[in-house]
Amino acid sequence: MPRAAPARRKRRAAAQPDYTLLADLANAAAISGDEGAVRRLVLDAIRPHVDDVRVDTLGNVLAVKRAAPRTRRPLRFMLAAHMDEVGLMVVDHDSDGSLRFEVVGGVSERGLLGQPVLVGARRLPGVIGVAPVHLLGEERRRQTVKASQMRIDIGAGSQDAARRLVPPGERAAFATEFLAQAGVLRGKALDDRLGCAALVALLQAGPYPVELHAAFTVQEEVGLRGARVAAYAIDPAAGLALDTTPAADLPGSRDRENTRYNARLGAGPVIYVADGHTVSDRRLVDHLIRVAERAGLPYQLRQPTAGGTDAAAIQRARGGVPVAALSTPARYLHTPAALARAADWENTLRLAQAALEQFTPQVLKR
Amino acid sequence: MALDLAAHLKALCAVPGLPGYEQPVAALLRAAWGPLTASLGQDRLGSLWATRPGSGLAPRRRLMLAAHMDAIGLMVASLQGDFLRVTHLGDLDLRVLPGQLVTVHAAGGDLPGVLALPPAHLLPRAHREGFPPVAELLVDTGLPAERVGALVRPGDLVSFAQPPRELLNGAFTARGLDNRASLAALTVCLEALQARDHAWDVIAVATVREEPPGGYPGAAASAYSLEPHLAIVLDVTFGQDANTREFGYRVFPLGGGPVLGLGPNLHPGLHAALRAAADAEEIPYTVEVMTGNSSTDATAIQVAREGIPTMLVSIPLRNMHTPVEVVALKDITRAGRLVAEFAARLGPDSLAALALD
Repeated sequence: MPRAAPARRKRRAAAQPDYTLLADLANAAAISGDEGAVRRLVLDAIRPHVDDVRVDTLGNVLAVKRAAPRTRRPLRFMLAAHMDEVGLMVVDHDSDGSLRFEVVGGVSERGLLGQPVLVGARRLPGVIGVAPVHLLGEERRRQTVKASQMRIDIGAGSQDAARRLVPPGERAAFATEFLAQAGVLRGKALDDRLGCAALVALLQAGPYPVELHAAFTVQEEVGLRGARVAAYAIDPAAGLALDTTPAADLPGSRDRENTRYNARLGAGPVIYVADGHTVSDRRLVDHLIRVAERAGLPYQLRQPTAGGTDAAAIQRARGGVPVAALSTPARYLHTPAALARAADWENTLRLAQAALEQFTPQVLKR
Repeated sequence: MALDLAAHLKALCAVPGLPGYEQPVAALLRAAWGPLTASLGQDRLGSLWATRPGSGLAPRRRLMLAAHMDAIGLMVASLQGDFLRVTHLGDLDLRVLPGQLVTVHAAGGDLPGVLALPPAHLLPRAHREGFPPVAELLVDTGLPAERVGALVRPGDLVSFAQPPRELLNGAFTARGLDNRASLAALTVCLEALQARDHAWDVIAVATVREEPPGGYPGAAASAYSLEPHLAIVLDVTFGQDANTREFGYRVFPLGGGPVLGLGPNLHPGLHAALRAAADAEEIPYTVEVMTGNSSTDATAIQVAREGIPTMLVSIPLRNMHTPVEVVALKDITRAGRLVAEFAARLGPDSLAALALD
């Protein structure tokens, strides 16, 4: 039988959003300093698509995808997405077998009571309990409880059993299962598994007219520590953090206008001009805007407020690196259940891909 | 076939059953109780009755075993852009609401959502500290306003959405264990009675609408219609743990067996009879002193018609009225066995023996 003529190859293959991988990444637990579960998923997903990959001493995954053939003097371009998430860490055990914990990263204490968690490498189910409202006075029914007063109940029954099953230092992650329905993504740790999954997709596509250095970083939530050593090792000419940004676009009470929304859900990828740690390099900001407008992709500029991304650490590496950040807007980050829109994520991926494809040394010319 | 209690309870807790909308629970119970009873029926308000006729001569005496099917939840009050404002059905714990997974039960299908606490700068000054009332929270489906407007209407139900999970040592967590745990105990009881002779008719009743304030219309209507000679209500009570230690005698150990109520709402003779049955069967139990009414279906059943001797058997439960309630499976088994043992002991003279003087 004669072979069918091969279909004409598209000049550039679009990076494909992989929702199965995103679900696996979001469901895996990787509290800062314990990123192994996500690292393994990332390594499996990228190995066949990169020219070099290694895990550094802190646990960062550093992968290289060489520039497209015949690219003249390609620049080293660093793309970073952090693997770690906020969560809890077991610190002690009560006589009844309940677990004391501290929070890791910026977790709001107001979102912890009544939440199920998965504890330790064995992912033992547990719950953060409360005294029943029926027994509390009117005042205590509205009072916040400090995390130091909260306990995780895994049903251990005794201090010895608890200590044996979950020694101090074990992490506890929120138990929320990832869900994608009707264009809405709901899950824990979308900050920054959305970035990780996008970065994987970018590595699976390509090559690009840059030497792409992908860093899946550790310990972003406890001080951008992974990105710092990764950027030193990579020594890039430019860097871009792929992250998520809080969409605080909820209505104000009594219909007061909310003018401090940071970013809006559904309004497209978020370009950082400035945040609490970094003033983005304007040449990169303009490049992202130009690429988005040329491609007809929606985008929004993040309100310049507090917060920060791995871009801050990359900017400060060695003799300094021009950086920017590109994020998917999501609501309720750093809580057990964040919400994002699939369209925003896919457009973030498209914009990042187009920005890479159209990146030339000319972008950084003064 | 032996009951797989964890699987049964998981199934019961996996379906919504908000006050006034208990049919998903009733449907599961029809399937579970049908093979264990001679007849099934539902009354005008929706409570499910399942009857095991006794072996005594007609007219036989009737024992009513009641547990409520409804669980606390929320209801859509209004739409605001992408978001929903909600009100509560039953007494919610405001402290556990921010960040909870919810399901909006819209006419066109279920929508997943999150219960959101707006950032402090969007709240009225008075609510920036502590936990604000339900009216300040928003339900977010993640959908844009035009989709929300097309799909959701005021009055749509919103239930908590965490799936049930098994903890260690037979502990079990789910939303709605208040009072699905007791319904599972009734299943245990009906199954135990399969192997026992009992002279009285035993009627298991899954009641509607216990949680919202305003009396106990489901239990009251069933007690009126069934006209039982005795009634036992199964419900949950406060479980002991790190968070409730300060409440001393008002909380009960998980795994310590059923809790037998004692107080004016409950018949002292029935209390003694249940203790006797527990002692005979070597079932551990504790006693809960209740100085007023019990805030359960027993409140209404005791004063139905010309008065019904009523007793309350409770299952200790942690984190009551939160999406992560916790029970010990063995307490459910023991509560079911205890009630079955009591039912099997009822004879022609039992009622007379309960006379107060």
